[in-house]
Amino acid sequence: MKPEDIKRPENKVYSKPELLNDNPMHYCPGCSHGVVHKLVAEVIKEMGVENDTIAVAPVGCAVFAYKYIDVDWIEAAHGRAPAVATAAKRLNPERLVFTYQGDGDLAAIGTAETIHAANRGENIAIIFINNAIYGMTGGQMAPTTLEGQKTATTPYGRRIDLNGYPLKISDLLAQLEGTCYVTRQTVHTPASVRKAKAAIRKAFENSMAGKGTSIVEVVSTCNSGWKMSPEKANEWMVENMVPFYPLGDLKNE
Amino acid sequence: MKKEIIAAGFGGQGVLSMGKILAYAGLMDDLEVTWMPSYGPEQRGGTANVTVVLSDTPISSPVLDAFDTAVILNQQSLDKFESKVKPGGVLIYDPYGIHRKPTREDITIVPVEAMEAAIEMKNAKTYNMIILGALLKVNPVVDIESVMKGLKKALPERHHHLLPLNREAILRGMELVKTAPQV
Amino acid sequence: MKEEITLMKGNEAIAHAAVRYGVDGYFGYPITPQSEVLETLEALMPWETTGMTVLQAESEVASINMVYGGAATGKAVMTSSSSPGISLMQEGMSYIAASELPALVVNVMRGGPGLGTIHPSQSDYFQATKGGGHGDYHYIVLAPATVQEMADFVGLGFDLAFKYRTPALLLADGVVGQMMEKVVLPPQRPRRTEKEIRKQCPWAASGDSRGRKPNIITSLELDSAQMEKNNERFQQTYHLIEQNEVRYQEYYTDDCEYLFVAFGSIARICLKAIEDARAAGLKIGLLRPITLWPFPYGRISELAEKMKGILVVELNAGQMIEDVRLAVEGRVPVKHYGRMGGIVPNPGEILEAFNSYILKK
Repeated sequence: MKPEDIKRPENKVYSKPELLNDNPMHYCPGCSHGVVHKLVAEVIKEMGVENDTIAVAPVGCAVFAYKYIDVDWIEAAHGRAPAVATAAKRLNPERLVFTYQGDGDLAAIGTAETIHAANRGENIAIIFINNAIYGMTGGQMAPTTLEGQKTATTPYGRRIDLNGYPLKISDLLAQLEGTCYVTRQTVHTPASVRKAKAAIRKAFENSMAGKGTSIVEVVSTCNSGWKMSPEKANEWMVENMVPFYPLGDLKNE
Repeated sequence: MKKEIIAAGFGGQGVLSMGKILAYAGLMDDLEVTWMPSYGPEQRGGTANVTVVLSDTPISSPVLDAFDTAVILNQQSLDKFESKVKPGGVLIYDPYGIHRKPTREDITIVPVEAMEAAIEMKNAKTYNMIILGALLKVNPVVDIESVMKGLKKALPERHHHLLPLNREAILRGMELVKTAPQV
Repeated sequence: MKEEITLMKGNEAIAHAAVRYGVDGYFGYPITPQSEVLETLEALMPWETTGMTVLQAESEVASINMVYGGAATGKAVMTSSSSPGISLMQEGMSYIAASELPALVVNVMRGGPGLGTIHPSQSDYFQATKGGGHGDYHYIVLAPATVQEMADFVGLGFDLAFKYRTPALLLADGVVGQMMEKVVLPPQRPRRTEKEIRKQCPWAASGDSRGRKPNIITSLELDSAQMEKNNERFQQTYHLIEQNEVRYQEYYTDDCEYLFVAFGSIARICLKAIEDARAAGLKIGLLRPITLWPFPYGRISELAEKMKGILVVELNAGQMIEDVRLAVEGRVPVKHYGRMGGIVPNPGEILEAFNSYILKK
């Protein structure tokens, strides 16, 4: 069999999502962002809303998300993505509007914007990457950093008496009347990737249907920040993150 | 014609709305008007004052150091504004609660027993309209019909049934000024 | 149609003018002395008529970022606040300028620093005209002195903002925000259609990317060479604005020997002082900058030629005087009279200051 025979369309089992362009990603090998980007790009295309989408990028590792997925983007100030998305959606109600944020952006500097956008029930979807660390600035403590977890600013491990408790922001958001869907997923196995994709699709559909605020928390790894191999980081996540941030739907209305 | 008027008293006595009605009346008479209030927490119980300028020529400043007419409804305002009345001007005041009476001799001083009249009318809310009536008697800068039109514009429609009562109060205030010459 | 003349506060006039201009969205947070802007908009319920969005945000920080988000989609959006709130907005204001977005910010100034007072002030002049937030940028700064200008400058602000694709700032103070005057409201204009927005703002991240490449609104550029180019582009815009959009008003300058320079409400009090002084034979004129940025350096420089002295009157410790002195270049004495902390001087006090600082009496 010649290569040309293999490369026939009917033999194709996988291809890069059409909306994911060829710009080389700046993410570290093993990072969860790449997988979630791919899922977002696939879902937008599958929903057929690639020409009806306003995406809002955060400050953090995903600051350059706008370079990789070919839809309209607004790059927000640190923590303010839900406020930016609020206006974008209210003024363009027929669009899919979503934010893509990390734990520092969403659950530290932007807590007020996150809570109030969700509490108003803004018809936006929030993709929340929780890797329990500040990746972009070099591995400092995040609000979601676990007790005892070593970071650049907790070199001897996070101490509750000094730094307070890791913040279960999704649990908090699930309490709000304005949220319609709050779920916690991972993307470390093919099965979990499929479930995460279904969650993202549901969140995006909620935005289009005007059902309220949807939050998809993706418990993720940061192998660079955690100073582990990608494989080890996945194991560490399953052993330490998942027990504290249990997976599944926190709210689904 | 240009009249520079200040009204001052306790928050809640209705000086700001009295000034507003006067300004609306000026609008009805095609005059230029400015209405500049003191604002903030003092509106709720402290002292409040409002400067109203009515003029047939454009008005430069809404903030003034001297007034043709001062309408004074409490002691602090009297202490503050008696000296700011222009020589030859008018000071209208309600003696109710005033323990140090105005003393200037180069201005016309008009006491108006408005609080008593409001009690007689059994409606405390007529108080500022009684005062306005007195002001209009002394200083007929706008027509009473313009005031009524102004009131109609300033009051939300659900309060329009109060218009006759307000008219009555204004007329009552006019009656209270018997001695003072028109200025 | 007969002109609609009505009596209202400056803050209310801003709200009415915004609806009538066809503004798409207002996002704000209450703070004295400008809360009537949001209150009036909520009472007008423009979402029922023009379709305008009005939202009380959770903070000034959220408000300005909503403005950023709305403006990024090509919509005409605005916010209003007073000094401490505007300080909170500075980061977002820098982003809006850096992303070359048209938008309108209203600052009804109160006395600072800190929480300060709720009473009128002009102590945010430096913040408004010299940047305020981080980076090299400007807002077109309009300074209204009347309720009519409060209404008119909403439209002018948006017109300029869209013309130059740069934000505008309406810099008012508590006097002109709280006072009532006659105002002729502009006629009601429809909001722009999606098609019109697409034509006017081909750069907008409107989400409707049919027939074009995706639009990205960002102020981030890690390549310094490119970031310098971006800055050069901003500066070219600012240079154009400086050439074309300087606005000011003069009073009694044809025969004056002395000049007052003042903006906003205090300019009107100066005018009253001048009227009083002229009655006593003193020939004083007034220049009132309407655009504080771009500043009327040229006209002040010309006028300085024939003046014996210039008094800059402000509700602050001496801010605009620096620009006046730059224009005058030391040729004539330039003195400052200012009140702070929410105190508004009356005409007599201004004349006393003139006598003492300029006439040395």
